[in-house]
Amino acid sequence: MSGIIKFGVRPEILASSAVGGYTESKGNLGRYFDLTDPTDKFGKKTFEQAESEMQRLALNFALKKSGLGPEDLEAVFAGDLMNQCTGSSFGLAGFGIPFFGLYGACSTAAESLILAAMSVNAGYFSRAAAVSSSHNSAAERQFRFPLGYGCQRPPTSQWTATASGAFIIGKGGESTGVALTEALPGRIVDKGITDQSNMGAAMAPAAAATLYTYFTESGNHPDDFDLILTGDLGREGHEICYELLSSSGLRLGENFTDCGILLYDSEAQDLHSGGSGCGCSAAVTAGFIMKRFAESRLRNVLLVGTGALMSPTSVLQGLAIPGIAHLVRFSSL
Amino acid sequence: MQVNTINKGVKTAKMAEMTIGIIKAFVVGGALCGLAQVIIDKTGLTPARVLVAYVCSGVLLTAVGVYRPLVEFAGAGATVPLTGFGYSLAKGTAKAIDEHGAFGIISGGLSGTAAGITAAIVLGFIAALIFPSQPKFRNLVSRNSTRKSQNEQN
Amino acid sequence: MNLTNTEYKKYVKKHAVPSPVIKDTVKAFAAGGTICAFGQVLQYFYLWLGMEKEIAPVMVSVTLILVSVVMTGLGFYDSVARHSGAGTLVPITGFANAVVSPAIDNKAEGLVLGIGAKLFSVAGPVILFGTLSSVVYGVFYYVLKAFKV
Repeated sequence: MSGIIKFGVRPEILASSAVGGYTESKGNLGRYFDLTDPTDKFGKKTFEQAESEMQRLALNFALKKSGLGPEDLEAVFAGDLMNQCTGSSFGLAGFGIPFFGLYGACSTAAESLILAAMSVNAGYFSRAAAVSSSHNSAAERQFRFPLGYGCQRPPTSQWTATASGAFIIGKGGESTGVALTEALPGRIVDKGITDQSNMGAAMAPAAAATLYTYFTESGNHPDDFDLILTGDLGREGHEICYELLSSSGLRLGENFTDCGILLYDSEAQDLHSGGSGCGCSAAVTAGFIMKRFAESRLRNVLLVGTGALMSPTSVLQGLAIPGIAHLVRFSSL
Repeated sequence: MQVNTINKGVKTAKMAEMTIGIIKAFVVGGALCGLAQVIIDKTGLTPARVLVAYVCSGVLLTAVGVYRPLVEFAGAGATVPLTGFGYSLAKGTAKAIDEHGAFGIISGGLSGTAAGITAAIVLGFIAALIFPSQPKFRNLVSRNSTRKSQNEQN
Repeated sequence: MNLTNTEYKKYVKKHAVPSPVIKDTVKAFAAGGTICAFGQVLQYFYLWLGMEKEIAPVMVSVTLILVSVVMTGLGFYDSVARHSGAGTLVPITGFANAVVSPAIDNKAEGLVLGIGAKLFSVAGPVILFGTLSSVVYGVFYYVLKAFKV
């Protein structure tokens, strides 16, 4: 029972773009964003509206780069961290593209990429977009405390990225030269972690399970890849994931890293374990990774989008935080 | 001449007393905060739970007669931390019961803390009207970094 | 990888970067102590102004609440609190911060259901359990007093 999807017709990434906030602009990857806003508000009144605006801007930039118009897209798969997915639906309503709203928590970037690639590969759509976002201020308000509330965060806590990434996936035409070649949808793994400030630990077993399944079933070796990226485990979760895999006999090398670690400057920015949120893996992949592909410095990359599937209510009710991890493989043509 | 010297002496004595009072407030208030920090770090209790525990302890310590001497000793060091809020609640209750009997059970606590609660509510409301909502840690979170990270070199 | 949930939890707990307790506590002590010492200075000042002995400490609290409200509004309180931890949480300034921050945060949702309803979302438990314990204490106090008399 192999869960690996092999895309026969190689859905290509026609364009991608990343939009981010202030903290992101000062991080390691600040210059890979198409646009960053130092106010985090993107000209909007509230942070929730700002998140929607980020999605709109990201898709707009991607469309511009690909030379396409909204009418050329036959579907958009989008998601964010907000209640009822309003970040996506409000942000993308104006485009008039058939819309699928997704919730995969922080794994939404990988989830939307897989679904868009599957539908293009199957021939239902000739072009589809995958968009996801998260906004630190909107997420803090929803999941944690009011923004001005003075509380200390434990060292294992992560920083929800204010960022959005958009990909346009299709066949033929102008292409960035990057194709999606494989995908492995993840299963929900619940290891009983209830600590909301250690989400890396909640998601790490899911990431480890997906990677383990992928390498045992595909027969590929970790060294075949230039980068193996987990979505947003942060330093804490990343180490746990590495140790879990090592104990199962799968030793990953220097090429194993995490979007949440890459995004911020751990020395100058005191953001503890690293970045998280849908926007984290979306923007790192859409901005930094795609740029590296364009420069031919990367040829083969695995992205394991990790998500913590809890809600503020489930956490208050003392339920454990289930994790999920979707794998997608990018290869240059 | 002599009166001046006496005045000076009284003044110096008063200054010394006040300095000691300020130091006492610093040490006792600091200790109450430090204890809360140890509890939070060691047990992982959320700040909200620690605050609730502090207020209730304030009431309890006043009830058993420990907190009043502490207030007399440390002044603001004991009244400013949230245990002092509990102290005011308990003190208000006792005072109201002394004056009005059983009615004081339900009227005393909040009367004793009315000024603080009202100030927080009213000022909070006014602040909400005036100030905009801001992203977290905007003032300190990011410093300009020109250093190239290792990740970028890869 | 085949750890049971209990084993995994234990492993995670061991793996987690611990909070720097000593550093945190020293900072909390210094910050909390400074706030209380400032309160004491204010108290002497108010007494010197001729305020009644019972009123002065209350006015100290009110002043500290005002300072905290302004600092929260300007977005400084959380920036300080991330370092000072319980040092800015436990003093009355922390209570004020807990009242103001959700109020500012929810103003976009309106005066009544935004500011009005959310004002107590963090500080509510303190008032509830504080009042509750004062009533329990009141009952004991009343009963004991009645027996003595």
